[in-house]
Amino acid sequence: MLEEVKHVILVLSGKGGVGKSTVSTQLALTLKEKGFKVGLLDIDLCGPSVPYLLNLEDQNIHQGSGHWIPVYLDKEKKLAVMSIGFLLKSRNDAVVWRGPKKTSMIKQFLEDVYWQDLDYLIIDTPPGTSDEHITVMENLRNVPQCSAIIVTTPQQVAIEDVRKEITFCRKTGIPIMGLIENMSGYECPTCSECTNIFSTGGGKSLAEISKIKFLGSIPIDPRIGALAGKGVAAVKELPDCTTSKVFNDLINHLPHTTANGS
Amino acid sequence: MSSVPENAPNHCPGTQSEDAGKASACAGCPNQNICASGVPAGPDPALEIIKERLANVKHKIIILSGKGGVGKSTVTSLLGHALAKLNPDANVGILDADICGPSQPRVLGVSGEQVHNSGSGWSPVYVTDNLSLMSIGFLLASPDDAVIWRGPKKNGMIKQFLSEVDWGDLDYLLIDTPPGTSDEHLSVIQYLSAAGVSGAVVVTTPQEVALLDVRKEIQFCQKVGLPVLGVVENMSLFVCPNCQARSEIFPATTGGARALCAALGARLLGALPLDPLLARCCDSGADFVAELPHSPAVLALRAIVAGTRLRNIARPPRVFYTLPV
Repeated sequence: MLEEVKHVILVLSGKGGVGKSTVSTQLALTLKEKGFKVGLLDIDLCGPSVPYLLNLEDQNIHQGSGHWIPVYLDKEKKLAVMSIGFLLKSRNDAVVWRGPKKTSMIKQFLEDVYWQDLDYLIIDTPPGTSDEHITVMENLRNVPQCSAIIVTTPQQVAIEDVRKEITFCRKTGIPIMGLIENMSGYECPTCSECTNIFSTGGGKSLAEISKIKFLGSIPIDPRIGALAGKGVAAVKELPDCTTSKVFNDLINHLPHTTANGS
Repeated sequence: MSSVPENAPNHCPGTQSEDAGKASACAGCPNQNICASGVPAGPDPALEIIKERLANVKHKIIILSGKGGVGKSTVTSLLGHALAKLNPDANVGILDADICGPSQPRVLGVSGEQVHNSGSGWSPVYVTDNLSLMSIGFLLASPDDAVIWRGPKKNGMIKQFLSEVDWGDLDYLLIDTPPGTSDEHLSVIQYLSAAGVSGAVVVTTPQEVALLDVRKEIQFCQKVGLPVLGVVENMSLFVCPNCQARSEIFPATTGGARALCAALGARLLGALPLDPLLARCCDSGADFVAELPHSPAVLALRAIVAGTRLRNIARPPRVFYTLPV
């Protein structure tokens, strides 16, 4: 099913809560704004966040002839989304599955979803280096147009787990496009003093040590946080903020494609 | 609970029954052969070994959260330090069940230590006189080493941690877990089913995207019969160190942990503020409770510890036998 996908981008991080889903959704939305056809696949089975972040929680997957039709964010069908969240009856339902069940679900997501022709397929992953990651990597091994973006936060505790994820990519042969540092600093809305809540510079030095490209650092910005659950692009809603700048730059780092739109 | 799986055919006699695999309803069931093979479906022999090993551990508390990065490891280490400090006579152990992303060695400032093996099992690493830690982080050659394991291998590691670590006499064993509701969580609860678990402390942050996953975790606890001791809200408020203005970095648009607890009938143990100094202490492995005893985070922590302990006394450790897998 992935033959018609021009590029696959994995969003990875060893650590949880660093903003993988936020980066995945904003990257997808940014690409959509630029006129590309984008797919977003959420393989975090135990904690799917993408449906909430894109305000698609009450949507359902439809069955086509022998395949699943993803949920579309817009009428023009520029952004297709697939997540286990669409298959759960209630948003409180827990998916209590061991590895083998998760593996076969992800296989289905990769093989049975009818994405049609896409410029980019973005895959949002759970934290860790285990079943979900091994499965995706095994299934994408023969897809040459695949690369990974690593997300981290600046503090050492996160960096330590992210180093493991970089090792995972190297061992499994997934090319790393670069590293994004999230939650870099917080500007107090009262006095404009910037506090580095989770320390600073960790992402950049990690990129230097590991010899991977540094794709920018995103500050803690409550305005971006407030976009969660709305499904709108930061580059459209808040074109002047640092986050939008990082995402606009990021697009230039992506492998080029002969875009239908731009 | 009967041993009939949820997705079994009608009139399934149950996997533990004498008729398992032999009843007429079993014809055509994909598991018929397994049930009929007569392999004793009895409990894993490891359960008894673990029960014996942990016989001198009074309270076993699991720290959970569906969401990653909300501060499970931080809260675990703070609880560990606080329990050890407030009761100098008590012994506290921490088991890091996060196999792919172990954070406890760094947060507790003992990264680079080695685990020693003796006749009585693996000796945990002692952070202070009465606080000990076991983590897979001690078994890795380099911090870059990735543990690229599927579920069964992770389960085996957890089984070893529970059955082979020589904790000695412990008053509290805190078990730190990875995010999710999968192998590690099921295994910990399953392996401790004979030994008994006091309950779970669930950690969350105030914003909806985290609460969404935490609700799933609480449902998981209900499914497996694990009592929820209470919920800790982390990163609640940010106090600017320059102007002391308070701001909500992760705004509780849906009412935060308070609303979650009210809706699901759980107890809110307390809220920890977002303190840059705490983040720094976690990175350097310093004991935050000792370094800044008067910070708002430590005061909040004391209330949480009191809540955890009261609940423990009120509710003796429960024993679980059945688990859906």
